[in-house]
Amino acid sequence: MSDFMMFSLVPMSVAVIIGMTCALLGNFLVLRRQSLIGDAISHVALPGIVVSFLLTGTLASTAMMLGAGVSALVTVVMIELIRRLGRVEISAAMGVTFTSLFAFGVLLLEWSQASGVHLDVEHALYGNLESLIWFEGVSLASLFDPVALADLPPQLARVAWVGLVVVAYVVIFRRHLVVGSFDPDFAASVRAHPVIVDLLLVTMVAIAAIAAFEAVGSIIVIAMFICPAAAARLMTNRLGAQIAWSQLFALISSILGYLLAGHGLIWLGLGFDISVSAAGMIATISGLILLGACLFGPQRQRSGAATEH
Amino acid sequence: MIEVWWSALTFTLGYNTSLVTIGAMLLGAGAGMIGTFVLLRKRSLISDAISHATLPGLALAFIVAGLVQGDGRWLPGLLMGAALSAALGLWLVQLISARTRLGEDAAIGAVLSTFFSFGVVLITFIQSMNVTGQSGLTDYLVGSTAGMLASEAKLIAVCALGLLAAIFVLRRDFLMVCFDAPFARTQGVSPWRVDLLMLTLLMAVVVIGLKVTGLILIVALTIIPPVTARFWTNRPLRMVALASLIGALSAYIGVTLSSINEGLPTGSLIVLAAFGLFMVSFLLSPQRGVFATLLAHQRFRRRVHLRQGLLAVARDEPIFDGLTLRLLQRRGYIRRDGVATPSGHAAARDSEHEERLWALYRRRYPDDALHQEHSGLEPIAHVLPPDAITALEAQLQPRAGEST
Repeated sequence: MSDFMMFSLVPMSVAVIIGMTCALLGNFLVLRRQSLIGDAISHVALPGIVVSFLLTGTLASTAMMLGAGVSALVTVVMIELIRRLGRVEISAAMGVTFTSLFAFGVLLLEWSQASGVHLDVEHALYGNLESLIWFEGVSLASLFDPVALADLPPQLARVAWVGLVVVAYVVIFRRHLVVGSFDPDFAASVRAHPVIVDLLLVTMVAIAAIAAFEAVGSIIVIAMFICPAAAARLMTNRLGAQIAWSQLFALISSILGYLLAGHGLIWLGLGFDISVSAAGMIATISGLILLGACLFGPQRQRSGAATEH
Repeated sequence: MIEVWWSALTFTLGYNTSLVTIGAMLLGAGAGMIGTFVLLRKRSLISDAISHATLPGLALAFIVAGLVQGDGRWLPGLLMGAALSAALGLWLVQLISARTRLGEDAAIGAVLSTFFSFGVVLITFIQSMNVTGQSGLTDYLVGSTAGMLASEAKLIAVCALGLLAAIFVLRRDFLMVCFDAPFARTQGVSPWRVDLLMLTLLMAVVVIGLKVTGLILIVALTIIPPVTARFWTNRPLRMVALASLIGALSAYIGVTLSSINEGLPTGSLIVLAAFGLFMVSFLLSPQRGVFATLLAHQRFRRRVHLRQGLLAVARDEPIFDGLTLRLLQRRGYIRRDGVATPSGHAAARDSEHEERLWALYRRRYPDDALHQEHSGLEPIAHVLPPDAITALEAQLQPRAGEST
């Protein structure tokens, strides 16, 4: 039990919060066919963090988050500029932007590595969920012990805040979001401010991506934006139910993925006593859930092809 | 530094470097070529899914090779593994977007993230295995040509050359499917099969490029050169040729720059070189560049203001707009106090005549007028033949109160 409290509780909670937050936003991204904006933004967090490090000289979280936030903003503006001014198709504009910024980030990273910086591409990609150890978490009683709680890794509080902000955003703007997702023109006509809500959505995606990036790496973010929401889309025709499904899927993949990464190989009894990347495993499980939904989801067909009862 | 770069640029930095440079250039050309067709088919980001989907294959091949020979780094095997898992990923993208209600974007994102994460799981597994050459595997994330063997560079060069030839042979079928799939079907070309071929070639380019730019950045080589080429031409085959040139040039600049110092990441430099070329085209292209567009917009605005100003003069209406007043003054059509000069009156009469001819033309031949791009600002004599204008003028009824 104390092992669980110390080593697994915090990473698991962080993974669950991140997963559910991303999945919540993912519902709208999938409906709007903008899934890949999450992909683009999580790639450009790298240059943002590297630049903020080079400017401030610290790996402090605030500076990192700020850097990643600015780079997300730069990305969105660049994509729009290239799309509008260059008359380039949106997916190509995205491809140009995020690959270039990522390349820039890698170049800067390699450069700064010469001066002894502890930051690398792999870390940025797969994060390090396992390192979130709660040293004071020795037993259940620690949960009520203020001294022990003060020792909780700061990432937990941070992702919890981000989760709250995102939930608040979705609750406050739910009508605007729904209308804008299904019919932007109508949204504009009833003054639901689709442009502002869209921009806010992208900002929320960026915030979630950055918070997750620091704790769990960017790859899990992309998976969690898309897979649970996409799987949920195949389960139901109602948005409320879809969101509920996506939350359930995110929860299952986070917990199951974390456990499998730590103990899966031992359970398999292959004689390996090693653990694999938890972030990677969580994302893999979410993909498997989506695969299951693609094969058996009750609403997997296009609505035009569905049969009426 | 400059000397090293110069000798790399002139292929005098040694056999290996030259070989790598040539291999990367061929790869860049191939990526640009196939990327053009994929861009025209509006599926650019599918290469993102392909490249990320190579990771589990790479890792599995590494594990197998490691178990067999103790060292996982065996390029042909790794490439084969990468190709197999990329093919599986591609197949899943197709299946998800064709058979379920999810859009292609969600399919791409789902496959990309799931495959890549599984690859990461495998990599962390490998890290606890007792296999040498592990650092070689992370090279595939962001690419590295620094330690490339001559045999590897040759393999890449030969494969890239084969791909170039294949794309060249298939270019007309690709174009037909890109622009008019139903027409292609009537010509006995199956769009489905051509799409499959296109994606297979794209996959081959991505897999071969893994070692050079790494799997995250190879996407850039299939997207940026075609987008850049699009700024310079409206003709598809010319665009293909340009894109392959731009791809080769980016690779040339990037690889030679990276040979200055061991630590410089080749993939990043190639992509940034491509991005530099893109920015230049984006800003300066005479047809679609930002500056050209801004200039054209300004010119259009001036013409509208001038025409409206002259029409106002002709109708004896007051003019309030600042730009209109300035334009009319500069041409000497009105005096500083706003009163029209004789030349202004003449120009105003001409303008009004033009406007009436255009209006009549639009009324009589609405279909033809719809195809004219200039919406009446162009002198009508530039657009219509003289006899058509004479006919129009004959139909022009004199205005009430006009003494012509």
